[in-house]
Amino acid sequence: MAVTERRTAGLDVERVRADFPILSRTVGDRPLVYLDSAATSQKPRQVLDAERDFYERHNANVHRGIYLLSEEATELYEGARAKIAGFIGATDPDTVIFNRGTTESINAIAHGWGRKFLKEGDEILLTDMEHHSNIVPWQLAAKATGATLRYIPITDEGLLDLSELGSLLTEKTKVFAVTGGSNSLGTFPPVRQLADAAHAVGALLVVDGAQLVPHLPVDVAELDCDFLTISGHKMLGPTASGGFYAKRELLEEMDPFIGGGHMIHEVFHEYSTWNEVPGKFEGGTMNIAQEVGLAAAVDYLEDLGMENVRAHEVEIAGYALERLLGAGARIFGPTDTSIRGGAVSFWHKEVHPHDLATVLNEEGIAVRAGHHCNQLVMRRFGVPATTRASFYVYNTKHEVDALIEALGKAESIFG
Amino acid sequence: MALDEIYKEVILDHYKNPRNKREIPDAKLTCSKNNPLCGDEITVYVHADGGKVLDVSFVGQGCSISQSSASMMTESVSGKSVEEVGELSTSVRGMLSGEIEPDEDEFGELVALKGVVKYPIRVKCAVLAWDVLQEALAGEGAAAATSPH
Repeated sequence: MAVTERRTAGLDVERVRADFPILSRTVGDRPLVYLDSAATSQKPRQVLDAERDFYERHNANVHRGIYLLSEEATELYEGARAKIAGFIGATDPDTVIFNRGTTESINAIAHGWGRKFLKEGDEILLTDMEHHSNIVPWQLAAKATGATLRYIPITDEGLLDLSELGSLLTEKTKVFAVTGGSNSLGTFPPVRQLADAAHAVGALLVVDGAQLVPHLPVDVAELDCDFLTISGHKMLGPTASGGFYAKRELLEEMDPFIGGGHMIHEVFHEYSTWNEVPGKFEGGTMNIAQEVGLAAAVDYLEDLGMENVRAHEVEIAGYALERLLGAGARIFGPTDTSIRGGAVSFWHKEVHPHDLATVLNEEGIAVRAGHHCNQLVMRRFGVPATTRASFYVYNTKHEVDALIEALGKAESIFG
Repeated sequence: MALDEIYKEVILDHYKNPRNKREIPDAKLTCSKNNPLCGDEITVYVHADGGKVLDVSFVGQGCSISQSSASMMTESVSGKSVEEVGELSTSVRGMLSGEIEPDEDEFGELVALKGVVKYPIRVKCAVLAWDVLQEALAGEGAAAATSPH
Protein backbone atom coordinates (compact mmCIF):
# COMPACT_ATOMS: atom_id res chain seq x y z
CA MET A 1 0.00 0.00 0.00
CA ALA A 2 1.32 3.42 -0.90
CA VAL A 3 1.72 5.44 2.24
CA THR A 4 1.22 8.96 1.08
CA GLU A 5 0.11 10.66 4.24
CA ARG A 6 2.59 11.77 6.85
CA ARG A 7 1.92 10.41 10.32
CA THR A 8 0.39 13.02 12.56
CA ALA A 9 1.36 12.76 16.18
CA GLY A 10 0.97 9.04 16.44
CA LEU A 11 -2.10 8.61 14.24
CA ASP A 12 -1.36 6.62 11.09
CA VAL A 13 -4.13 7.80 8.79
CA GLU A 14 -3.56 5.24 6.05
CA ARG A 15 -3.80 2.46 8.59
CA VAL A 16 -6.95 3.96 10.03
CA ARG A 17 -8.47 4.28 6.56
CA ALA A 18 -7.84 0.59 5.88
CA ASP A 19 -10.22 -0.20 8.75
CA PHE A 20 -13.15 1.59 7.11
CA PRO A 21 -14.62 -0.52 4.29
CA ILE A 22 -16.75 2.32 2.92
CA LEU A 23 -13.71 4.49 2.23
CA SER A 24 -12.66 2.20 -0.59
CA ARG A 25 -15.85 2.74 -2.58
CA THR A 26 -16.23 5.13 -5.45
CA VAL A 27 -18.79 7.78 -6.34
CA GLY A 28 -19.22 7.50 -10.09
CA ASP A 29 -15.61 7.02 -11.16
CA ARG A 30 -14.17 9.04 -8.28
CA PRO A 31 -12.91 7.80 -4.95
CA LEU A 32 -15.22 8.79 -2.11
CA VAL A 33 -14.04 11.85 -0.19
CA TYR A 34 -16.20 11.83 2.92
CA LEU A 35 -16.26 15.24 4.58
CA ASP A 36 -19.51 14.97 6.54
CA SER A 37 -18.49 13.32 9.79
CA ALA A 38 -20.20 16.03 11.84
CA ALA A 39 -23.46 14.62 10.47
CA THR A 40 -22.44 11.02 11.03
CA SER A 41 -19.11 9.26 11.13
CA GLN A 42 -18.16 6.22 9.12
CA LYS A 43 -17.75 2.90 10.92
CA PRO A 44 -14.63 0.76 11.18
CA ARG A 45 -14.74 -2.98 10.57
CA GLN A 46 -14.24 -3.55 14.31
CA VAL A 47 -17.60 -1.91 15.07
CA LEU A 48 -19.38 -3.73 12.25
CA ASP A 49 -17.90 -7.01 13.45
CA ALA A 50 -18.97 -6.39 17.05
CA GLU A 51 -22.55 -5.80 15.99
CA ARG A 52 -22.57 -8.83 13.69
CA ASP A 53 -20.97 -11.01 16.34
CA PHE A 54 -23.63 -9.97 18.82
CA TYR A 55 -26.41 -11.02 16.45
CA GLU A 56 -24.66 -14.18 15.31
CA ARG A 57 -23.66 -15.49 18.71
CA HIS A 58 -25.35 -13.75 21.63
CA ASN A 59 -28.62 -12.22 20.50
CA ALA A 60 -31.34 -12.28 23.16
CA ASN A 61 -33.25 -9.68 25.10
CA VAL A 62 -31.42 -8.33 28.11
CA HIS A 63 -32.37 -8.36 31.80
CA ARG A 64 -35.17 -10.87 31.34
CA GLY A 65 -34.30 -14.38 30.26
CA ILE A 66 -33.09 -16.98 32.67
CA TYR A 67 -30.92 -18.64 30.10
CA LEU A 68 -27.36 -18.39 28.83
CA LEU A 69 -27.90 -16.21 25.75
CA SER A 70 -29.81 -13.60 27.72
CA GLU A 71 -27.11 -13.57 30.36
CA GLU A 72 -24.43 -13.11 27.69
CA ALA A 73 -26.42 -10.35 26.00
CA THR A 74 -26.92 -8.62 29.35
CA GLU A 75 -23.24 -8.89 30.11
CA LEU A 76 -22.30 -7.35 26.77
CA TYR A 77 -24.89 -4.59 27.14
CA GLU A 78 -23.87 -3.71 30.68
CA GLY A 79 -20.22 -4.08 29.67
CA ALA A 80 -20.84 -1.45 27.01
CA ARG A 81 -22.26 0.84 29.67
CA ALA A 82 -19.16 0.45 31.82
CA LYS A 83 -16.91 1.00 28.80
CA ILE A 84 -18.68 4.20 27.75
CA ALA A 85 -18.81 5.47 31.32
CA GLY A 86 -15.07 4.96 31.59
CA PHE A 87 -14.51 6.78 28.30
CA ILE A 88 -16.10 9.96 29.68
CA GLY A 89 -14.66 9.64 33.17
CA ALA A 90 -17.89 8.60 34.92
CA THR A 91 -16.91 6.44 37.90
CA ASP A 92 -20.37 4.89 38.28
CA PRO A 93 -21.45 3.03 35.09
CA ASP A 94 -25.11 3.34 36.10
CA THR A 95 -24.94 7.10 35.57
CA VAL A 96 -24.80 6.43 31.82
CA ILE A 97 -28.28 6.06 30.33
CA PHE A 98 -28.64 4.40 26.95
CA ASN A 99 -30.92 5.67 24.20
CA ARG A 100 -30.76 6.73 20.56
CA GLY A 101 -28.36 9.58 21.17
CA THR A 102 -28.31 13.29 21.71
CA THR A 103 -31.74 14.29 20.48
CA GLU A 104 -33.49 11.67 22.57
CA SER A 105 -31.25 12.50 25.52
CA ILE A 106 -32.03 16.21 25.56
CA ASN A 107 -35.71 15.41 25.24
CA ALA A 108 -35.39 12.99 28.16
CA ILE A 109 -33.68 15.68 30.26
CA ALA A 110 -35.98 18.55 29.28
CA HIS A 111 -38.98 16.31 29.92
CA GLY A 112 -37.87 14.24 32.88
CA TRP A 113 -36.06 16.99 34.76
CA GLY A 114 -37.36 20.17 33.11
CA ARG A 115 -41.09 19.51 33.27
CA LYS A 116 -40.82 18.18 36.79
CA PHE A 117 -38.82 21.00 38.33
CA LEU A 118 -39.26 24.13 36.19
CA LYS A 119 -42.02 26.57 37.03
CA GLU A 120 -43.24 30.00 36.03
CA GLY A 121 -40.63 32.68 36.58
CA ASP A 122 -37.75 30.24 36.14
CA GLU A 123 -35.35 30.75 33.27
CA ILE A 124 -33.72 28.31 30.87
CA LEU A 125 -30.48 29.66 29.43
CA LEU A 126 -29.44 28.51 25.95
CA THR A 127 -27.09 29.96 23.36
CA ASP A 128 -27.56 31.09 19.78
CA MET A 129 -25.05 28.41 18.85
CA GLU A 130 -27.26 25.49 19.78
CA HIS A 131 -28.34 22.73 17.44
CA HIS A 132 -32.13 22.62 17.12
CA SER A 133 -32.07 19.50 19.28
CA ASN A 134 -30.84 21.63 22.17
CA ILE A 135 -33.47 24.32 21.57
CA VAL A 136 -36.76 22.68 20.67
CA PRO A 137 -37.01 20.30 23.67
CA TRP A 138 -36.46 23.32 25.97
CA GLN A 139 -39.10 25.32 24.10
CA LEU A 140 -41.52 22.47 24.74
CA ALA A 141 -40.54 22.36 28.41
CA ALA A 142 -40.87 26.15 28.68
CA LYS A 143 -44.33 26.01 27.16
CA ALA A 144 -45.42 23.26 29.52
CA THR A 145 -44.08 24.94 32.67
CA GLY A 146 -44.25 28.69 32.01
CA ALA A 147 -40.48 29.03 32.27
CA THR A 148 -38.72 31.59 30.07
CA LEU A 149 -35.99 31.03 27.49
CA ARG A 150 -32.93 33.23 27.27
CA TYR A 151 -30.03 33.08 24.86
CA ILE A 152 -26.33 33.92 24.94
CA PRO A 153 -25.39 35.67 21.66
CA ILE A 154 -22.47 34.89 19.35
CA THR A 155 -19.55 37.20 18.57
CA ASP A 156 -18.50 38.06 15.02
CA GLU A 157 -15.66 35.59 15.42
CA GLY A 158 -18.12 32.80 16.17
CA LEU A 159 -17.53 32.48 19.91
CA LEU A 160 -20.09 32.72 22.69
CA ASP A 161 -20.37 36.36 23.72
CA LEU A 162 -19.97 36.02 27.47
CA SER A 163 -19.74 39.76 28.12
CA GLU A 164 -23.34 39.89 29.40
CA LEU A 165 -23.25 36.49 31.07
CA GLY A 166 -23.86 38.08 34.47
CA SER A 167 -27.23 39.44 33.37
CA LEU A 168 -28.26 36.31 31.48
CA LEU A 169 -27.23 33.71 34.02
CA THR A 170 -28.91 34.71 37.27
CA GLU A 171 -30.66 33.28 40.30
CA LYS A 172 -33.68 32.82 38.07
CA THR A 173 -31.74 30.45 35.81
CA LYS A 174 -32.51 26.87 36.75
CA VAL A 175 -30.86 25.15 33.83
CA PHE A 176 -28.21 26.22 31.33
CA ALA A 177 -27.92 24.03 28.24
CA VAL A 178 -24.91 24.59 26.01
CA THR A 179 -23.18 22.82 23.18
CA GLY A 180 -19.82 21.24 23.89
CA GLY A 181 -18.88 21.90 20.26
CA SER A 182 -20.75 23.80 17.58
CA ASN A 183 -21.68 21.61 14.62
CA SER A 184 -21.65 24.54 12.21
CA LEU A 185 -19.06 26.98 13.58
CA GLY A 186 -16.72 24.38 15.04
CA THR A 187 -16.37 26.40 18.26
CA PHE A 188 -15.61 24.64 21.55
CA PRO A 189 -17.20 26.77 24.31
CA PRO A 190 -15.37 26.83 27.66
CA VAL A 191 -17.51 24.19 29.34
CA ARG A 192 -15.81 24.11 32.74
CA GLN A 193 -16.00 27.91 33.06
CA LEU A 194 -19.71 27.74 32.17
CA ALA A 195 -20.31 24.92 34.66
CA ASP A 196 -18.74 27.00 37.44
CA ALA A 197 -20.79 30.04 36.45
CA ALA A 198 -23.99 27.98 36.37
CA HIS A 199 -23.32 26.35 39.72
CA ALA A 200 -22.53 29.71 41.27
CA VAL A 201 -26.17 30.74 40.75
CA GLY A 202 -27.58 27.30 41.56
CA ALA A 203 -28.30 26.29 37.96
CA LEU A 204 -27.60 22.93 36.34
CA LEU A 205 -25.36 22.67 33.30
CA VAL A 206 -26.47 20.42 30.43
CA VAL A 207 -23.76 19.84 27.82
CA ASP A 208 -24.72 18.73 24.32
CA GLY A 209 -21.77 16.44 23.74
CA ALA A 210 -22.60 15.40 20.17
CA GLN A 211 -19.61 17.28 18.74
CA LEU A 212 -17.46 17.08 21.86
CA VAL A 213 -17.21 13.46 23.00
CA PRO A 214 -16.07 12.11 19.59
CA HIS A 215 -13.28 14.65 19.26
CA LEU A 216 -11.68 15.52 22.61
CA PRO A 217 -10.63 13.62 25.71
CA VAL A 218 -13.64 14.14 28.01
CA ASP A 219 -13.84 13.77 31.77
CA VAL A 220 -17.20 14.60 33.33
CA ALA A 221 -15.56 15.15 36.73
CA GLU A 222 -13.20 17.73 35.24
CA LEU A 223 -15.99 19.40 33.26
CA ASP A 224 -18.25 19.25 36.33
CA CYS A 225 -21.28 19.15 34.04
CA ASP A 226 -24.57 17.87 35.41
CA PHE A 227 -25.67 16.23 32.16
CA LEU A 228 -23.62 15.26 29.11
CA THR A 229 -25.20 13.79 25.99
CA ILE A 230 -23.41 11.25 23.83
CA SER A 231 -24.06 10.66 20.15
CA GLY A 232 -22.66 7.21 19.34
CA HIS A 233 -23.02 7.41 15.58
CA LYS A 234 -20.79 10.49 15.44
CA MET A 235 -17.96 8.62 17.18
CA LEU A 236 -17.61 5.60 14.88
CA GLY A 237 -20.52 3.76 16.53
CA PRO A 238 -23.79 2.52 15.03
CA THR A 239 -26.74 4.83 14.46
CA ALA A 240 -29.15 4.98 17.41
CA SER A 241 -26.39 4.35 19.94
CA GLY A 242 -25.23 6.57 22.79
CA GLY A 243 -27.28 8.24 25.48
CA PHE A 244 -26.43 10.57 28.31
CA TYR A 245 -24.52 10.89 31.54
CA ALA A 246 -26.02 12.60 34.58
CA LYS A 247 -25.04 13.02 38.19
CA ARG A 248 -26.70 10.22 40.11
CA GLU A 249 -28.83 12.39 42.37
CA LEU A 250 -30.39 14.00 39.31
CA LEU A 251 -31.22 10.62 37.82
CA GLU A 252 -32.81 9.64 41.11
CA GLU A 253 -35.00 12.73 41.39
CA MET A 254 -36.07 13.26 37.77
CA ASP A 255 -38.95 11.52 36.02
CA PRO A 256 -38.57 8.80 33.41
CA PHE A 257 -39.15 9.79 29.79
CA ILE A 258 -40.28 6.58 28.12
CA GLY A 259 -42.80 4.43 29.97
CA GLY A 260 -43.02 0.71 29.34
CA GLY A 261 -41.46 -2.63 30.19
CA HIS A 262 -38.35 -2.89 32.36
CA MET A 263 -38.48 0.74 33.53
CA ILE A 264 -40.95 -0.12 36.31
CA HIS A 265 -40.58 -1.67 39.72
CA GLU A 266 -44.28 -2.37 40.31
CA VAL A 267 -47.37 -1.57 38.27
CA PHE A 268 -50.77 -0.91 39.87
CA HIS A 269 -54.05 0.21 38.35
CA GLU A 270 -53.51 3.89 39.01
CA TYR A 271 -49.78 4.28 39.22
CA SER A 272 -46.42 2.58 38.96
CA THR A 273 -43.14 2.76 40.77
CA TRP A 274 -39.86 3.02 38.93
CA ASN A 275 -37.00 0.67 38.41
CA GLU A 276 -33.64 1.67 39.80
CA VAL A 277 -31.30 3.88 37.78
CA PRO A 278 -30.44 3.26 34.94
CA GLY A 279 -33.35 0.87 34.22
CA LYS A 280 -35.83 3.65 35.07
CA PHE A 281 -34.83 5.37 31.82
CA GLU A 282 -34.66 2.32 29.57
CA GLY A 283 -38.24 1.29 28.86
CA GLY A 284 -38.87 -1.30 26.18
CA THR A 285 -36.36 -3.38 24.27
CA MET A 286 -33.26 -1.27 23.94
CA ASN A 287 -30.70 -0.71 21.17
CA ILE A 288 -28.64 -3.58 22.51
CA ALA A 289 -26.50 -4.47 19.48
CA GLN A 290 -25.91 -0.78 18.80
CA GLU A 291 -24.55 -0.08 22.26
CA VAL A 292 -22.37 -3.18 21.99
CA GLY A 293 -21.12 -1.76 18.68
CA LEU A 294 -20.50 1.60 20.36
CA ALA A 295 -18.35 -0.14 22.97
CA ALA A 296 -16.20 -1.44 20.10
CA ALA A 297 -16.00 2.12 18.74
CA VAL A 298 -14.79 3.32 22.15
CA ASP A 299 -12.15 0.57 22.11
CA TYR A 300 -11.09 1.77 18.67
CA LEU A 301 -10.84 5.41 19.74
CA GLU A 302 -8.97 4.47 22.91
CA ASP A 303 -6.50 2.46 20.84
CA LEU A 304 -5.90 5.50 18.66
CA GLY A 305 -5.70 7.70 21.75
CA MET A 306 -8.03 10.68 22.07
CA GLU A 307 -5.04 13.03 22.27
CA ASN A 308 -3.96 11.73 18.87
CA VAL A 309 -7.48 12.05 17.50
CA ARG A 310 -7.51 15.66 18.63
CA ALA A 311 -4.02 16.38 17.24
CA HIS A 312 -5.01 14.94 13.87
CA GLU A 313 -8.15 17.05 13.69
CA VAL A 314 -6.26 20.18 14.64
CA GLU A 315 -3.85 19.53 11.80
CA ILE A 316 -6.50 18.74 9.17
CA ALA A 317 -8.86 21.55 10.22
CA GLY A 318 -5.94 24.00 10.31
CA TYR A 319 -4.90 22.98 6.83
CA ALA A 320 -8.48 23.20 5.53
CA LEU A 321 -8.97 26.66 7.04
CA GLU A 322 -5.73 27.89 5.50
CA ARG A 323 -6.57 26.52 2.05
CA LEU A 324 -10.18 27.73 2.11
CA LEU A 325 -9.15 31.23 3.13
CA GLY A 326 -6.47 31.14 0.45
CA ALA A 327 -9.11 30.21 -2.13
CA GLY A 328 -11.19 33.22 -1.10
CA ALA A 329 -13.90 31.48 0.92
CA ARG A 330 -15.64 33.18 3.84
CA ILE A 331 -15.25 31.13 7.01
CA PHE A 332 -17.96 31.06 9.70
CA GLY A 333 -16.50 30.39 13.11
CA PRO A 334 -13.09 30.81 14.71
CA THR A 335 -9.93 30.13 12.70
CA ASP A 336 -7.84 29.46 15.81
CA THR A 337 -7.64 25.66 15.91
CA SER A 338 -6.96 25.63 19.65
CA ILE A 339 -10.59 26.58 20.33
CA ARG A 340 -12.37 24.79 17.52
CA GLY A 341 -12.98 21.34 16.12
CA GLY A 342 -13.06 19.80 12.68
CA ALA A 343 -16.39 21.19 11.40
CA VAL A 344 -15.60 24.00 8.97
CA SER A 345 -18.46 26.09 7.54
CA PHE A 346 -17.86 28.39 4.64
CA TRP A 347 -19.38 30.28 1.74
CA HIS A 348 -17.40 30.29 -1.47
CA LYS A 349 -17.68 33.46 -3.52
CA GLU A 350 -20.95 33.64 -5.48
CA VAL A 351 -21.71 29.92 -5.40
CA HIS A 352 -24.79 28.92 -3.41
CA PRO A 353 -24.02 26.05 -1.00
CA HIS A 354 -26.54 23.75 -2.69
CA ASP A 355 -24.96 24.32 -6.07
CA LEU A 356 -21.52 23.85 -4.59
CA ALA A 357 -22.47 20.58 -2.88
CA THR A 358 -23.87 19.25 -6.14
CA VAL A 359 -20.67 20.08 -8.02
CA LEU A 360 -18.58 18.56 -5.23
CA ASN A 361 -20.69 15.41 -5.39
CA GLU A 362 -19.71 15.06 -9.04
CA GLU A 363 -16.13 14.93 -7.81
CA GLY A 364 -16.97 12.26 -5.25
CA ILE A 365 -16.84 14.74 -2.37
CA ALA A 366 -19.55 14.50 0.29
CA VAL A 367 -20.13 17.76 2.18
CA ARG A 368 -23.21 19.19 3.82
CA ALA A 369 -24.99 22.26 2.50
CA GLY A 370 -27.82 23.89 4.39
CA HIS A 371 -28.51 25.35 7.81
CA HIS A 372 -27.10 22.33 9.69
CA CYS A 373 -29.99 22.50 12.19
CA ASN A 374 -28.49 25.85 13.23
CA GLN A 375 -31.00 28.38 12.00
CA LEU A 376 -30.12 30.81 14.80
CA VAL A 377 -26.49 30.74 13.68
CA MET A 378 -27.43 31.26 10.02
CA ARG A 379 -29.59 34.23 10.99
CA ARG A 380 -26.80 35.64 13.16
CA PHE A 381 -24.44 35.68 10.20
CA GLY A 382 -27.07 36.71 7.66
CA VAL A 383 -26.80 33.69 5.38
CA PRO A 384 -29.50 31.20 4.39
CA ALA A 385 -27.08 28.29 4.44
CA THR A 386 -23.41 27.38 4.44
CA THR A 387 -21.33 24.59 3.02
CA ARG A 388 -19.73 22.52 5.74
CA ALA A 389 -16.76 20.21 5.45
CA SER A 390 -16.14 18.24 8.63
CA PHE A 391 -13.17 16.05 9.38
CA TYR A 392 -12.42 13.02 11.50
CA VAL A 393 -9.77 10.41 12.12
CA TYR A 394 -9.75 9.06 8.55
CA ASN A 395 -9.49 12.33 6.62
CA THR A 396 -6.31 13.38 4.85
CA LYS A 397 -4.80 16.57 3.52
CA HIS A 398 -5.19 15.10 0.04
CA GLU A 399 -8.91 15.18 0.61
CA VAL A 400 -8.70 18.84 1.56
CA ASP A 401 -6.76 19.43 -1.66
CA ALA A 402 -9.51 17.63 -3.62
CA LEU A 403 -12.08 19.92 -2.00
CA ILE A 404 -10.15 23.06 -2.93
CA GLU A 405 -9.67 21.87 -6.50
CA ALA A 406 -13.38 21.20 -6.84
CA LEU A 407 -14.16 24.70 -5.54
CA GLY A 408 -12.34 25.99 -8.59
CA LYS A 409 -14.61 23.93 -10.83
CA ALA A 410 -17.73 25.26 -9.14
CA GLU A 411 -16.41 28.78 -9.55
CA SER A 412 -15.87 28.30 -13.27
CA ILE A 413 -19.44 27.06 -13.68
CA PHE A 414 -21.20 29.66 -11.56
CA GLY A 415 -18.74 32.55 -11.61
CA MET B 1 -22.57 13.36 -17.35
CA ALA B 2 -25.07 14.18 -14.65
CA LEU B 3 -23.47 17.55 -14.16
CA ASP B 4 -24.07 18.49 -17.76
CA GLU B 5 -27.64 17.36 -17.48
CA ILE B 6 -28.41 19.28 -14.35
CA TYR B 7 -26.57 22.44 -15.17
CA LYS B 8 -27.40 22.71 -18.77
CA GLU B 9 -26.70 26.06 -20.21
CA VAL B 10 -30.38 26.85 -20.02
CA ILE B 11 -30.35 26.65 -16.23
CA LEU B 12 -27.24 28.76 -15.88
CA ASP B 13 -28.59 31.27 -18.37
CA HIS B 14 -31.83 31.67 -16.40
CA TYR B 15 -29.89 31.80 -13.13
CA LYS B 16 -27.50 34.48 -14.30
CA ASN B 17 -30.04 36.39 -16.42
CA PRO B 18 -33.38 35.75 -14.76
CA ARG B 19 -36.47 36.62 -16.81
CA ASN B 20 -39.33 38.61 -15.30
CA LYS B 21 -37.46 39.18 -12.07
CA ARG B 22 -39.34 42.25 -10.89
CA GLU B 23 -42.24 43.18 -8.66
CA ILE B 24 -45.67 43.92 -10.02
CA PRO B 25 -46.67 46.56 -7.46
CA ASP B 26 -50.41 46.45 -8.11
CA ALA B 27 -50.63 42.67 -8.56
CA LYS B 28 -53.78 41.33 -6.93
CA LEU B 29 -52.33 37.87 -6.62
CA THR B 30 -49.09 37.40 -4.82
CA CYS B 31 -47.54 34.82 -2.57
CA SER B 32 -44.20 34.23 -0.86
CA LYS B 33 -42.64 31.02 0.33
CA ASN B 34 -39.29 29.92 1.51
CA ASN B 35 -37.57 26.61 1.83
CA PRO B 36 -35.87 26.75 5.23
CA LEU B 37 -33.76 23.74 4.36
CA CYS B 38 -31.56 25.82 2.12
CA GLY B 39 -32.94 29.32 2.46
CA ASP B 40 -34.44 29.61 -0.99
CA GLU B 41 -37.04 32.41 -1.09
CA ILE B 42 -39.47 33.21 -3.86
CA THR B 43 -42.26 35.73 -4.17
CA VAL B 44 -44.50 35.47 -7.20
CA TYR B 45 -46.69 38.27 -8.58
CA VAL B 46 -49.54 37.45 -10.91
CA HIS B 47 -51.72 39.75 -12.94
CA ALA B 48 -54.70 37.70 -14.06
CA ASP B 49 -57.99 38.56 -15.62
CA GLY B 50 -60.97 36.43 -16.57
CA GLY B 51 -59.26 33.25 -15.49
CA LYS B 52 -56.26 34.00 -17.66
CA VAL B 53 -52.71 34.67 -16.51
CA LEU B 54 -51.58 37.87 -18.19
CA ASP B 55 -48.32 38.68 -16.47
CA VAL B 56 -46.20 36.75 -13.98
CA SER B 57 -43.05 37.89 -12.27
CA PHE B 58 -40.92 36.86 -9.31
CA VAL B 59 -38.32 38.09 -6.89
CA GLY B 60 -36.22 35.94 -4.63
CA GLN B 61 -32.90 34.47 -3.78
CA GLY B 62 -31.42 31.04 -3.58
CA CYS B 63 -29.60 28.36 -5.47
CA SER B 64 -29.40 28.06 -9.25
CA ILE B 65 -32.15 25.45 -9.38
CA SER B 66 -34.73 27.42 -7.41
CA GLN B 67 -34.08 30.70 -9.20
CA SER B 68 -33.79 29.33 -12.74
CA SER B 69 -36.93 27.28 -12.17
CA ALA B 70 -38.80 30.44 -11.16
CA SER B 71 -37.47 32.31 -14.17
CA MET B 72 -38.47 29.56 -16.59
CA MET B 73 -41.86 29.25 -14.93
CA THR B 74 -42.71 32.90 -15.48
CA GLU B 75 -42.04 32.51 -19.19
CA SER B 76 -43.92 29.25 -19.51
CA VAL B 77 -47.21 30.32 -17.89
CA SER B 78 -47.81 33.78 -19.34
CA GLY B 79 -50.91 33.85 -21.50
CA LYS B 80 -52.22 30.52 -20.23
CA SER B 81 -55.52 30.00 -18.48
CA VAL B 82 -55.48 29.25 -14.76
CA GLU B 83 -56.59 25.75 -15.63
CA GLU B 84 -53.76 25.26 -18.13
CA VAL B 85 -51.25 26.55 -15.60
CA GLY B 86 -52.54 23.97 -13.12
CA GLU B 87 -52.08 21.21 -15.68
CA LEU B 88 -48.57 22.37 -16.54
CA SER B 89 -47.72 22.58 -12.86
CA THR B 90 -48.83 18.98 -12.40
CA SER B 91 -46.74 17.91 -15.40
CA VAL B 92 -43.65 19.70 -14.12
CA ARG B 93 -44.02 18.00 -10.75
CA GLY B 94 -44.40 14.69 -12.57
CA MET B 95 -41.18 15.34 -14.48
CA LEU B 96 -39.30 16.30 -11.31
CA SER B 97 -40.45 13.19 -9.50
CA GLY B 98 -39.44 11.04 -12.46
CA GLU B 99 -42.98 9.92 -13.21
CA ILE B 100 -43.36 11.73 -16.51
CA GLU B 101 -40.94 11.68 -19.41
CA PRO B 102 -41.20 15.29 -20.56
CA ASP B 103 -42.41 16.12 -24.01
CA GLU B 104 -40.27 18.97 -25.25
CA ASP B 105 -43.13 20.59 -27.14
CA GLU B 106 -45.18 20.90 -23.99
CA PHE B 107 -42.33 21.69 -21.64
CA GLY B 108 -40.06 23.91 -23.72
CA GLU B 109 -37.06 25.05 -21.71
CA LEU B 110 -38.48 23.51 -18.55
CA VAL B 111 -37.01 20.23 -19.81
CA ALA B 112 -33.66 21.54 -18.66
CA LEU B 113 -34.73 20.80 -15.07
CA LYS B 114 -35.22 17.12 -15.80
CA GLY B 115 -31.78 16.22 -14.42
CA VAL B 116 -32.85 17.38 -10.96
CA VAL B 117 -34.72 14.10 -10.56
CA LYS B 118 -31.36 12.51 -9.70
CA TYR B 119 -31.02 14.81 -6.69
CA PRO B 120 -34.17 14.23 -4.63
CA ILE B 121 -33.24 16.83 -2.03
CA ARG B 122 -33.05 19.47 -4.74
CA VAL B 123 -36.45 18.67 -6.20
CA LYS B 124 -37.81 20.92 -3.45
CA CYS B 125 -35.72 23.79 -4.84
CA ALA B 126 -37.13 23.28 -8.32
CA VAL B 127 -40.73 22.92 -7.16
CA LEU B 128 -40.73 25.96 -4.85
CA ALA B 129 -41.69 28.49 -7.54
CA TRP B 130 -44.55 26.29 -8.71
CA ASP B 131 -45.81 25.92 -5.15
CA VAL B 132 -45.82 29.68 -4.75
CA LEU B 133 -47.58 30.24 -8.06
CA GLN B 134 -50.20 27.64 -7.28
CA GLU B 135 -50.98 29.24 -3.96
CA ALA B 136 -51.11 32.70 -5.53
CA LEU B 137 -53.55 31.41 -8.10
CA ALA B 138 -55.69 29.56 -5.57
CA GLY B 139 -57.78 32.68 -5.00
CA GLU B 140 -58.19 33.28 -8.71
CA GLY B 141 -59.01 29.61 -9.35
CA ALA B 142 -61.71 29.69 -6.70
CA ALA B 143 -63.06 32.96 -8.08
CA ALA B 144 -63.12 31.54 -11.61
CA ALA B 145 -64.85 28.38 -10.43
CA THR B 146 -67.61 30.28 -8.68
CA SER B 147 -68.04 33.16 -11.10
CA PRO B 148 -71.35 32.94 -12.98
CA HIS B 149 -70.75 32.55 -16.69
